[in-house]
This record gives sequence, structure tokens and C-alpha cells, in this order.
Amino acid sequence: MDKRDTVFLKQQAKRVRIEILKMLTEAGSGHTGGSLSAADVVTALYFYKMRHRPDVPNWRERDRFILSKGHAAPLLYVVLALTGYFDISVLKTLRKIGSPLQGHPCSKTLSGVEISTGSLGQGLSISNGIAIGLKIDNLNSRVYCLLGDGETQEGQVWEAAMTAAHYKLDNVCAIIDLNGLQIDGPVSKVKAIEPVASKWSAFGWHVIDIDGHDMEAILKAFDEAETIKGKPSVILARTVKGKGVSFFEGKVEYHGIVPTRDELEMALKELDGNGQ
Amino acid sequence: MTRRGEIMFDKAAGQQSIVGKSMATRDAYGETLLELGKKRDNIVVLDADLSGSTKTGKFAKAFPDRFYNIGIAEQDMIGTASGLALSGKIPFASTFAVFETGRAWEQIRQTVCYSNLNVKLIASHGGITVGEDGASHQSTEDIALMRVLPNMTVIVPSDGYETMQVINVIANFYGPVYVRLGRAKVPAVMPAEYEFRIGKAYPFHIGKDTNIVAMGIMVSIAIEAAKILKDAGIDAGVINMSTVKPLDTETLLNAARSCRLIVTAEEHSIIGGLGSAVSEFLSENFPVQVRRIGIKDSFGCSGKPEELLKLYGLTTDDIVETVKEALKK
Repeated sequence: MDKRDTVFLKQQAKRVRIEILKMLTEAGSGHTGGSLSAADVVTALYFYKMRHRPDVPNWRERDRFILSKGHAAPLLYVVLALTGYFDISVLKTLRKIGSPLQGHPCSKTLSGVEISTGSLGQGLSISNGIAIGLKIDNLNSRVYCLLGDGETQEGQVWEAAMTAAHYKLDNVCAIIDLNGLQIDGPVSKVKAIEPVASKWSAFGWHVIDIDGHDMEAILKAFDEAETIKGKPSVILARTVKGKGVSFFEGKVEYHGIVPTRDELEMALKELDGNGQ
Repeated sequence: MTRRGEIMFDKAAGQQSIVGKSMATRDAYGETLLELGKKRDNIVVLDADLSGSTKTGKFAKAFPDRFYNIGIAEQDMIGTASGLALSGKIPFASTFAVFETGRAWEQIRQTVCYSNLNVKLIASHGGITVGEDGASHQSTEDIALMRVLPNMTVIVPSDGYETMQVINVIANFYGPVYVRLGRAKVPAVMPAEYEFRIGKAYPFHIGKDTNIVAMGIMVSIAIEAAKILKDAGIDAGVINMSTVKPLDTETLLNAARSCRLIVTAEEHSIIGGLGSAVSEFLSENFPVQVRRIGIKDSFGCSGKPEELLKLYGLTTDDIVETVKEALKK
């Protein structure tokens, strides 16, 4: 998992997007836009940055990934499948009765999912708790927590931001998927969260502001975060909702709807996939 | 995994100083937690700026490296406790009952209960005997809020000795537990030979005319009421239903079959708490006359604990009158 090879990682991100679209079309419901916007960042984590063992999901020394924006479950499921946590054929059971792939991630049904999420605003607090536990046990594992930009409207996120800074949790790395859109419209219109960088900085975090689709920048950001001591780091990943499929990009309506069969075909062509 | 009812309290390990002592249950918690911290290094404690009142301060002083003050941020406290549980620690998270269960209810539902995490929620200042602080700080809905959650165990100890046992037992039990403690001093009611088990009620006596099913401070008040009723020729039993969930339906059924009237007594709303739990079970399994003593769908107010118990109908006299009135019919 330690290939610092941007060509390879870009290929993986493309595979991830293809599988996300296929599984969502099959499921008939789910969250397309926010799964695609964070695909590059999460691919970089699972295929490069994180120390993890798909054959031993509960390996004590693993790095942890907490999907605070739980509605991007399809993205998490795809990277877990592609890195070998479970068979890729399971992806087509998404959201179906009896499936381990619940509409939002459930740790009780799928190993590899650290904690059930879906209700926004809770993942960073959980990440802090894990990070404190790791420090008590003298483990140097890191905790990565992916939040949505709209999600940071939740007050608990800022409670957690203070806790991480107060307890100097330098083993916590938050990533904000700044795709600029939430269900009811642009984040700036619904309830503005900018200036994001100075907010996190004022809360005592080391801030790294990047293009969340530039693989080289993503890798550099994760590497930089690991070198910061005495404070937590946050990566502000500026992204495009629906990234990778031209007719989904920047469209607020693709937050919670899925491609039709025709759209899927067009999308796979665009992504240069073979549809297999 | 050990089943709930199988975990025993190691009496030899308990503090003898607490047995038979009249004290606030929160004080017994503070002392027990301190002792537990000495024996178990995987126990961590969280508080939300109320460690002096919840009595976690004693643990904090002895083990500063295992105590996390999360500040006035209950939702974050529950999330942080959940993360610590995921790291294999046993977190005890404390604040006032109204904030612990109300402010952070959704965190308890979504994170603690849905994922069945080993988080212990130990809340002080349950009920109206909080006193002078008034309704904003009195918790009269917490049992309802916790009882409705899948995977949750709900316990309301009646005195200091029982509290000591409860805290020791739940430290050995895997899963979410809510324990409601009180601010005010309460008389010692549980006998030295008592052994707390999760889901096991303690009948002091099974009455032939009525049985009073009580939790928390209402146990000692029910015991006094039973004595007065005995003098009036009414055989009243008292059952300490310290585990509200899972309810000890065996003991309850046995009591209902033995008498004509079941009375529930709780320092909590009559909606959703012990009275509801008992009524739900009995109405389906052994319909019998039931009367619920509790707060009648209203908020509390400021006053001395004894004054408040009187104002809201939670005294010995209220129980006696309720029993006499119901048995006339």
C-alpha cells in the first residue's frame, strides 16, 4: 500500500469512480456527488498513505479512517472492496435487504468500517477519542477523518476541533471535502462557512489548503500532516461535487440521486471505463 | 461474552466504609471510581466541566493521565468516549443527567448504541431532588430517553452500597450502560448480604395486598410507606427495581400474581419511565390494577428536596394514600 506513484493512484481513483457509479445505479438510490468529490483523497489514503491490513481488519497498529460524512458510504465500500476487505461482487448488494452495505456505514455489519456514521458532525469527536486511546497505548497509528463542508455547520465539529487542539492530538488528520454544495444548494447560500482556513487556524489546527483532485498535492499534504507535532492537522481539499463525470460536476441535484442506466453508460465512457 | 445477569460483585474488593452508610449515590460513585482506577488501568473518565458535582474529580486528581475534561461540550464528550471505547478503553462519561441524556441523546443513539460500544454513561443530578437549581437542571425524562434505545442497559441504584456494586459490576460488563445517580443524601436501604446483578430486582418482601415497585430514592420512601400500611392492616411489599432495562419480569410477574395492586414509584415523569416499563409488561402478560407515582407530566421548580418531593406527590403519605384509594375499588 505504499506506492508513491501518482500514475498508479490516478488509475485507482478512476477505478473507484467507475465502481461507485456502477453500484449506485444498481442500488437505485444513494449519494453520488459527495462520493465522487472525495474519491481522490480517499484513494490516496487507502492505496498509499494508511497502514492497514485488509486481511486483519482489526490489526492493532493500523491507521484509522473515520468517514464522518457517512453518506459517502459508496466511496468507502469501493475502496474497502478494491483493497481486499471483501469481494467486489458484494458491491451490488448496496442498500438491499440483508446486505452488509447499509445505506450509511454500519460497523456491526461490515468489518473495515471503524464506526457507524451517517448522522453528521460526530466523526471528529470519535476520531479524537481513538487518538487519545492510541497515545495512551503508545501506538504511533494515525486517525484520518473525512468531513463534508456542509457538515461543519454542525456545532459538535467545533467542540471536537477545540478538544483536538487542547489535547494536542497530532495523530489526528481531518480532511474537509470542500465541494461547495449541500442538499439545499451552495454552502455559501445555505449558511456560509468561509473563511474556512482562518477558522481552523484560529481553532489551533495546522491547515493545509489544496486542490483535492491534484494527486501529487494530496500526497504531499498527507506527508506534511504527519510531520506536524503538538497540534492536529486539517487538509482543506477544494473539490468539485460529482468530479469525473462532466454532466454531474457542480450539480447540486446530484447530492442524493443516482445515475440512470443511460447516464451510467455515458459516464463510464467518459471515465474511459469498459463497463465490466 | 458474559451475559448481563451473570456478573457478580466481588464483595471482598468493595469498600466496607460504604456498606450501610447514608450518602448521596454520586458520592459513592466518586469513591468507587477511584478504587476501580487503582485496580484497572483501562478505565478512563470523561466529564463536561462538572467533575466537582459528579464526583469524578476524585479520579481526576488521582489519575490525571486518564481523566479528560471535555469542557462544556456534552456531544463531544460522548463522541470522544466512543473513540476511547473503540481503542479498547472503558470510558466512564459523567455530567448531569439532563445534559448527558438530553443534550447528547443523538450521539448516544447513533454512535454508542447503534455500534454497541462499551461506554458507561454515569449521570448525577437525576430527578427533582437536585433542588434549588430548578427545572433546567432537574432530570425527569432521562430514563425514558435511555430506555427506548436498543442495546442500552438502564440502572438506578437506591443507595450508596448498591451504587458501589453497580459501578463494579458494569465495569465487567461489555455494552452501553446508563446509570442515574442523585445529588441528595439518601438513607442506606440495601442489606449487607445484597448482591446486585444486572436485570435482577430485589424484593424486600412480597405483599399479599399490594407491591410497590420502586427505583432510586423512592425505594426508601416506599419502605416507609409499607410500614405505615402494615399498621393499617395492608400487606404491602417493596421491590427495588434498580435495573429498569432489562426489566426483571420474573420478579414482577411473581409480585403481580401475589397481590391485587401494583404501585410504581419513581422520581421521574410517569411517562416513559419505570411506571411505563412495568405497565407495558403487565398489560400484556398479567393485567392487574396499576398506579403510577411520579412526576405528572410537568417540569420541576426550585426548592429544597423535601419540599419538592411533597409538591410533586412523591412522599410516603402519597404512596399510602394511593394504595388505600386504589384498594377501596
